[in-house]
Amino acid sequence: MDLHLDRITLVYPDGTSTLTAVDDVSLTVPAGTTTALLGPSGSGKSSLLAVAAGLTPPTSGRVRLGDEVALTPTTSVAEATRWRRDHLGVVFQAPRLLDSLTALEQLELHAHLRGRRPATVRRRALELLDAVGVADRAHHRPAQLSGGQRQRVAIARALVGDPAVLLVDEPTSALDHDRGVRVVELITSLARETGAATLLVSHDASTLDPVDATARLADGLLESPARPQRTEAPGGRCVSAPAG
Amino acid sequence: MFVALRDLRHARGRFALMTAVIVLVTFLVTFLASLTAGLARESTSAVTDLPADHLAFAMPGPDDAPAFTASQVTADQWRRWRGVPGVDAAEPLGVATTRAGSAAGTASVTAFGVPAGSRLLPAGSPDLTTGGVLLSPAAATELDAAPGDTVTVGGTALEVVGTTDVEASFAHTPVVWTTVADWQAVGARGTGSDDDPVATVVALTTSDDGAARGDAAVGTTTVTTAQARSAVASYAGENTSLTTMQGFLVAISALVVGAFFSVWTISRSADVAVLKALGATTRYLLRDALGQAAVVLTVGVGFGTLLTAVGGRLLPATVPVLVDTTTTVLPAAGLVLLGLAGAAVSVARITRIDPHAALAAH
Repeated sequence: MDLHLDRITLVYPDGTSTLTAVDDVSLTVPAGTTTALLGPSGSGKSSLLAVAAGLTPPTSGRVRLGDEVALTPTTSVAEATRWRRDHLGVVFQAPRLLDSLTALEQLELHAHLRGRRPATVRRRALELLDAVGVADRAHHRPAQLSGGQRQRVAIARALVGDPAVLLVDEPTSALDHDRGVRVVELITSLARETGAATLLVSHDASTLDPVDATARLADGLLESPARPQRTEAPGGRCVSAPAG
Repeated sequence: MFVALRDLRHARGRFALMTAVIVLVTFLVTFLASLTAGLARESTSAVTDLPADHLAFAMPGPDDAPAFTASQVTADQWRRWRGVPGVDAAEPLGVATTRAGSAAGTASVTAFGVPAGSRLLPAGSPDLTTGGVLLSPAAATELDAAPGDTVTVGGTALEVVGTTDVEASFAHTPVVWTTVADWQAVGARGTGSDDDPVATVVALTTSDDGAARGDAAVGTTTVTTAQARSAVASYAGENTSLTTMQGFLVAISALVVGAFFSVWTISRSADVAVLKALGATTRYLLRDALGQAAVVLTVGVGFGTLLTAVGGRLLPATVPVLVDTTTTVLPAAGLVLLGLAGAAVSVARITRIDPHAALAAH
């Protein structure tokens, strides 16, 4: 299903006045494609990602998955948690792996959070670890993995529940250019395979060749509407058309 | 407890240290409880084991609390108790701590004076007649006396008629049994008239609420034999002090557990934020954290209790510890519950951790 951000505005209190972090932004990310959200620091891209993740309620606007409204300004914390649990995969800027869990357990945790036995996702977890190239490190803890391996495990963790939406925050910020490109390639190809509508936030346009579309934010405004990098997404659809 | 159990395994050094602290606190609490019970037994077993259900005290003032050291009942009061409906048996009982001597040496003892042929004597005891004394095992050992020997009790020479099968102590001294007539020389020293003191208390066996009815008519204060423990001076002071220490220890253990889990929760705030961002509910996280605390507490308290149970059996008989369910399992359960309460207060900060923090770079 497609991810729709409909007229999202996010205003923070700033002392006696307010600060508009995101200003009436609309964006659609079709299923199975990756849209990169570009912009300098402070442009509002991470704030928009936080809204899409249900970590911050929008001041106005709504987040939809297909025709279903997922998040609005009045969405409760519990509903936002369910949104993340049931529909979302998140890759954080830092890998954010739990120190006490092995790579495989980081993925099995996903099943446990949903009240299922970890073993029910073991096969899928191993497939994903294989897909990101760390299958041989499945039983190692984060301290025994390199930075790149941790990032790959984090990507596999975000996808283990086959989420409808994948949100990725600055995945290349700590990597050199070549590795950054490979990570974006990996995310883009996995998004295609799993059908996840993927929104990837980055400030580095040089690593974004593999993505399907890009959009640019500046001062909270969508400066350029989502522009396709390619003419067609898998399935022959046009991708990342501006919404609203 | 998917994450909690793996945290326990991963940070085993920290949790082992915490568990060791809980083991030691539990050992202190349960050992102190066992010692309190043992000391209480040494102070009061002769009273609580009496084959009577109530004791009637005659105190100097109407508002005085019952005390063995101050109570003196008269022959008239004793006889009037015998006539109270619902009272099946009423016997005078003299209680006086004094010095006893034998050819082998001297010892502090408590002389219990009872009528000849009294049912207040421990079961299976030989008959007690005027001029005779019955020794508890500890008294016989301390005086190195056997049946047929002569011992002095409060300066009165008496012949040992036998030794009881069971131990009986009062105010940390072994009990010896004499007739009320012989006990007069040790305790009441009355002239024998109805108004003179004849004994310390009247021991009652009642079949209904006869004890409550008799007090007003006879002018005594009646309590159960269990309540009468507080009338033993040494018991009241010891028990209050030791129970207060136990209470402080239990409260300290709850604080220690709470402090540990408070620091632990702060140190894993970033992980909690990530878990929330991944979709973990606050309920899931609280259950996980409390489950972790329960495992640490159960293991620590279990080992601490085991240490007391084993240690209590290895200690010499001179250390008065009484290891049973009430001195081990009950305090242990209290430690687990209060420890969980302390942990609950600490891990409650989980509810305030913002999952947004997971988006931060570090």
